[in-house]
Amino acid sequence: MEQVPILKIGQTLFVSIQIDLLDDSVIRLQEDLADELAATGAHGVIIDITAVEIVDSFIGRMLSTIGSISRLFDAETVIVGMRPAVAITLTELGLSLSGVRTALNAEKGLEILNGKS
Amino acid sequence: MDELPIRSGDDVVRVRQQVRGAAAENGLSLVDQTKLVTAASELARNTLVHGGGGSARVEVVKSPNGRTGIKLHFTDEGPGIADIGLALTDGWSSGTGLGLGLSGARRLVDEFELNSKPGTGTSVTIVKWSR
Repeated sequence: MEQVPILKIGQTLFVSIQIDLLDDSVIRLQEDLADELAATGAHGVIIDITAVEIVDSFIGRMLSTIGSISRLFDAETVIVGMRPAVAITLTELGLSLSGVRTALNAEKGLEILNGKS
Repeated sequence: MDELPIRSGDDVVRVRQQVRGAAAENGLSLVDQTKLVTAASELARNTLVHGGGGSARVEVVKSPNGRTGIKLHFTDEGPGIADIGLALTDGWSSGTGLGLGLSGARRLVDEFELNSKPGTGTSVTIVKWSR
């Protein structure tokens, strides 16, 4: 199982998903992020999905769950870099990614997190 | 064409990659490729999780009016589905999911056929046509 690295930059945890996601890798990422939030006290999580070709209902649900877990650690989650084809497909599938915010790119995601006092 | 086993999470990823390759080679638009691969991912996971494993077949098909399509066939010999109408309802789930797998997959493709009986397994055939 491949592991998705988590980088801490200031008060933000930064995750860039560059692999074809296995279900197990997503669950592992969820656990790693919770550990990292507890250890660092970071206030924001940015998940970059620029390289992700599909988000199906399982991956979508896991992203929402990461948002809910982060909130328990007083951190906000922003998903950035969603491909247009992925956005269209997610909407048709009926997924709304509740519990997370989205932004066009990492820079705009950081602006959202830094606007949080 | 290819018969792909679905016995593990790695196999689900392999099915996605094969479907993506076939869809791209046969002229489906990027959005249609993404929809088909997403539907394939949902159905492959169903085969693995609910069907206890099975297989997928990827075929290139031609319509009478000359359009090219990708046909995918998923089969398992699992417990089967007792109430197909209910299983295709948005929000209905037999497990811990959102219940969007089957109903969502159906919305993402042009043709969708599901055959299942309790005790004899489940087969799902879908087609996405190029535009």
